[in-house]
Amino acid sequence: MTSPTPADDRPLLSAVDLHKAYGSTPALDGATLHLRAGEIVAVMGASGSGKSTLLHCLAGIVPPDAGQVHYRDRELSAMSDAERSALRRTEFGFVFQFGQLVPELSCLENVALPLRLGGTRRRVAEQRAAEWLGRLEVTEVAGHRPGEVSGGQGQRVAVARALVTAPRVLFADEPTGALDSLNGEQVMRLLTEAARHTGAAVVLVTHEPRVAAYADREIVVRDGRTRETVLAER
Amino acid sequence: MTPRRGRFGRVADLALGARLVFAGGRSGVSRTLMTVVGVGLGVALLLTSTSISTMMDGRSERAAARDDQFYGVDEPPPGDRTVLVAVADTVYRDEAIRGRLLQPEGARPPLPPGLTRLPGPGDMVVSPALARLLDSPDGALLRPRLDHRIVGTIADPGLAGPGEYAYYLGTDQLRAGGGTMRIDHFGAESTGEGLDPILMLLVLIIFVVLLLPIAVFIAAAVRFGGEARDRRLAALRLVGADAAMTRRIAAGEALVGAVLGLLAGAAFFLLGRQLVERFTLEGVSVFAGDVRPDPVLAALIVLAVPAVAVVVAQLALRRIVVEPLGVVRRSAGRRRRLWWRLTLPIVGAALLAPLLGGIDQTGAAFNQTQVILGVVLLLVGVAALLPWLVDAVVRRLRGGSVSWQLAIRRLQLDTESSARMVSGVAVAVAGGIALQMLFAGVQHAYVRPTGQDVDRAQAMVVIRAGLPGAAPDALAERFRTLPGVDGAVAVLDTAVFPVGSAPDEHGERPGSPLRIADCAALRELATLDRCADGDAFQVVGEPAPGRPARSLPAPGRSVEIGFGAPGTTTRWTVPAGLRTVPGRNDPAGDESTGLLATPGALAPATLRGLGGRVFLDLDLSRRDTIELVRNAAAGITPTAEVHRLRPTEEVTRFAQIRRALFIGVLATLLLLGASLLVGILEQLRERRRTLAVLVAFGTRRATLSASVLWQTAVPVLLGLALAIVLGTVLGGTLLAMVNQAVRPDWPSIAIMSGIAGAVVLLVTGLSLPALWRLLRPGGLRTE
Amino acid sequence: MSIGQTFLGLLEASPRHGYELKRVYDERFGQGRPLHYGQVYSTLARLLKSGLVEVDGVEPGAGPERKRYAITAAGVTDVARWLAQPEKPDTYLQNTLYAKVVLGLLTGRDAADILDVQRAEHLRLMRALTRRKADGDLADQLICDFALFHLEADLRWLELTAARLDQLAATLRVPAPHPDRSTP
Repeated sequence: MTSPTPADDRPLLSAVDLHKAYGSTPALDGATLHLRAGEIVAVMGASGSGKSTLLHCLAGIVPPDAGQVHYRDRELSAMSDAERSALRRTEFGFVFQFGQLVPELSCLENVALPLRLGGTRRRVAEQRAAEWLGRLEVTEVAGHRPGEVSGGQGQRVAVARALVTAPRVLFADEPTGALDSLNGEQVMRLLTEAARHTGAAVVLVTHEPRVAAYADREIVVRDGRTRETVLAER
Repeated sequence: MTPRRGRFGRVADLALGARLVFAGGRSGVSRTLMTVVGVGLGVALLLTSTSISTMMDGRSERAAARDDQFYGVDEPPPGDRTVLVAVADTVYRDEAIRGRLLQPEGARPPLPPGLTRLPGPGDMVVSPALARLLDSPDGALLRPRLDHRIVGTIADPGLAGPGEYAYYLGTDQLRAGGGTMRIDHFGAESTGEGLDPILMLLVLIIFVVLLLPIAVFIAAAVRFGGEARDRRLAALRLVGADAAMTRRIAAGEALVGAVLGLLAGAAFFLLGRQLVERFTLEGVSVFAGDVRPDPVLAALIVLAVPAVAVVVAQLALRRIVVEPLGVVRRSAGRRRRLWWRLTLPIVGAALLAPLLGGIDQTGAAFNQTQVILGVVLLLVGVAALLPWLVDAVVRRLRGGSVSWQLAIRRLQLDTESSARMVSGVAVAVAGGIALQMLFAGVQHAYVRPTGQDVDRAQAMVVIRAGLPGAAPDALAERFRTLPGVDGAVAVLDTAVFPVGSAPDEHGERPGSPLRIADCAALRELATLDRCADGDAFQVVGEPAPGRPARSLPAPGRSVEIGFGAPGTTTRWTVPAGLRTVPGRNDPAGDESTGLLATPGALAPATLRGLGGRVFLDLDLSRRDTIELVRNAAAGITPTAEVHRLRPTEEVTRFAQIRRALFIGVLATLLLLGASLLVGILEQLRERRRTLAVLVAFGTRRATLSASVLWQTAVPVLLGLALAIVLGTVLGGTLLAMVNQAVRPDWPSIAIMSGIAGAVVLLVTGLSLPALWRLLRPGGLRTE
Repeated sequence: MSIGQTFLGLLEASPRHGYELKRVYDERFGQGRPLHYGQVYSTLARLLKSGLVEVDGVEPGAGPERKRYAITAAGVTDVARWLAQPEKPDTYLQNTLYAKVVLGLLTGRDAADILDVQRAEHLRLMRALTRRKADGDLADQLICDFALFHLEADLRWLELTAARLDQLAATLRVPAPHPDRSTP
């Protein structure tokens, strides 16, 4: 499912030849990825293959040791920590495997949090948050704390929180990793529908083929290297 | 299970718990270390406080052993074993120097402690601290005053403390009488000047106020690393430990921390004791050997600390259910009951109520147990009410910025741990406020106005006797020329007696004071309309109630001047032109009744053995001036006294207690701050995943920092509010007990709250680097 | 699963006699159903005729079992094409995939390439099924899920196999395709 990329179709987010080591352990060893606006890309690979690190570098959470990450026309490593934080607040959204909701805030407040971090007034933020909870079919848990809801509900709250700011890119790191099949299916269906609805591109890190099948294409990371396999070239 | 195996099993469980303390790898060891250091600091403070009484006893015994001022006893006749002693104390840069002039009257004079022989005339034996001071550049201004040959050092038994400044100067100029004493031995029974009931009450409460937060701190310290401990216990349950075994294993762990903490405390104490000799606080220094814990209290500490540790560990276990698959907190959703929390302070107040108005300075001893129990209950009430208060207030809070919302929601989820962390601070502040109120209330009983007029003079030189007849202005002139002395007036003091009058049954002749000064100086003693040299005046003054008016010698009467034996004194005829003038208090606040004469009215040159006073107007901005004055005074006679004039005078014991209190509260708050810091760091570490996610979302560092600040500040503010209320109640009760008007002491409330607030800010500030380290990229990476 | 291409793969590793081919095949791929000799020699005859193998030598004696067969250049090309060609995702194609992996290793090719190619093919089908599921009714969803789970099982097995390449290489006593993964 690869169509030749027209020259004027510049990628939204692109990473070229990323290297990153934690101590003496290399996590990325020449990873390359191009993400076009609105597309959903699955990043696949075994545990420890470096796929989460790739996501962290792409999102500007972790600076790479070598290589460049461009978001639109800006290079992330040239930005200050504050600028990258602002970028993550406004342009990116995040869903992780677990433990991402702030345990002491209610689900509604959790979803409203990114808007409030961006300076939106509390009332407006919570109204938008409530709409998103509805879109992800978890209105009933709005007043509950994360500890009081099921794993599937929690992930859907997390998806709502990631998309409430209408980000250009949604980063999802094993979003169904802690869920059973049914809940995983539901979360993926709602996540991809909502992302397509808002036009957000998605970087979906997963080791599950069924989850990766929700993406438009996949990228495999092995030993910190990407093999963008394009069958049609063979 | 047979009882024997059961007992064995129980011991084995405790031992297993003990082993687990060291099994947790590096983080386990570091947590245990924190507990050990925390408990150790607490124990060291406890040991120090139990040493205070032995320390004071040690000092007063040393002071008594070298006592040479025996009042109210008959002087021995001069002999082979007598020595003349004159006090020659002085002050240098606000440090007191104990000085004595010694003059043996025979071949076998008594020796003061610490001396192997008496210094010969002009020779001096000094304390090591004084020797160092005289050798150092700092002592430059003191050297002219003590410009004598140093022939030896005073050994430790002759000193109150290692840093004491003292000297013995040998002389041959002394004559018995006046300030000079004849003694045949040094040392007296230690009278141990007992504290009066009000001071006793203050000391008791200081101890309670300082020790209670330390107890709170120790209770917190044995819980350091509690989360990891709970997880470990859960793992043990998974492999088959039952609930009772879990409790015993937990007890074993707690015991290890407590016992190691005790050892560490003893080590800290011994180390600190060695250091104590290096410090001199407000002129008080202490020999390490005098710092000995009271054996009974020390034994109590050794037993109580492990007991507290085990009890706290068991109480902590009651709040959670350790299940094989994890730890469930029981406290969630539990409403806090108010009634038993309120009972504590109410019972405490009820215990104190019967004592209202019952304690005064002169009164009999009071029931100390009742007071201690009442105060303890009132203060423990602060710790008990605080979780309820935090809970009740925080539940109603909402809205606000993101950082505020994060902090408040966190507090709503877990009031227990935050309230526990600040309860010690609240108890210390409540106690501090109560004490300060009590101090402010009883202050006027102990701080009395001196009547000294510092607008006219700021210092007074007193020479008891021995001045030859001279123009008083020559005496003043010796000071007037010193830099920093703006003015000086001198008065020569003596007395007149009717010629041939006989001593009464006490050996005293009925006489009248005679003060010799020039007109300028006389105007300090009386209100004169006109004055010229050659004039003489009399000040009659109000007779003391119930006494006949003093009769001054009439003009034209012939009198003898001076205290010498009849016949050796100078004869003088009271001038006929003697005018009666209204008296005026001198700058030192004394009334100057008697005869006032200008030098021209008599011939001072023929007089001997006069006393003298010089009133000095000083430029107080020059700190050396007073030292130059002291040097000049010592140049006249080593026994000359230089007094700073002050509008009020405090009983010094009182000042020492107050200083001790301030230092104690500060030390306590710093200690509590340390445990607060550990608590915050543990909480941060627990929340590291949440923090990492918040950073991924682009949360600003400032937002998270502010959230940590709020999270600490809100319970602390509530704790301070509670402390102010209950501290004021306690302070009011204490004031009522000693019959003083009850009013809140705002300055001390502000100071105490300020110190506590500063400690909290400091702690939050210190925790921020750890927070920022957690926020560094990579926090998402691993669990 | 093609016996002819499997023979070619085995011959690419080294020339063998007919009976040797049968023994190795039965051992590695037979799964309890040994080949008939007739099947072996008819397959070899077909391969000879299409020029993919040649007779490398004849040992003394008579009978076809004395002939040693070797692969031709055309045969190598055929094996390469076959290995590079993803199998149509289907249930029960493990036999083929397994054979491909083993032969890829035996012939010194990068077995990971085979896995990657196959994964891409599988995922293409899985994406189509996922899309169909989103649009379809409950029956459609159930059918699609059935297929998706089986395809996922294939891929899981592929992933596992890739992860075990070094282990496999050691069993087959051939150098592993990645130098950094080689075991002595």
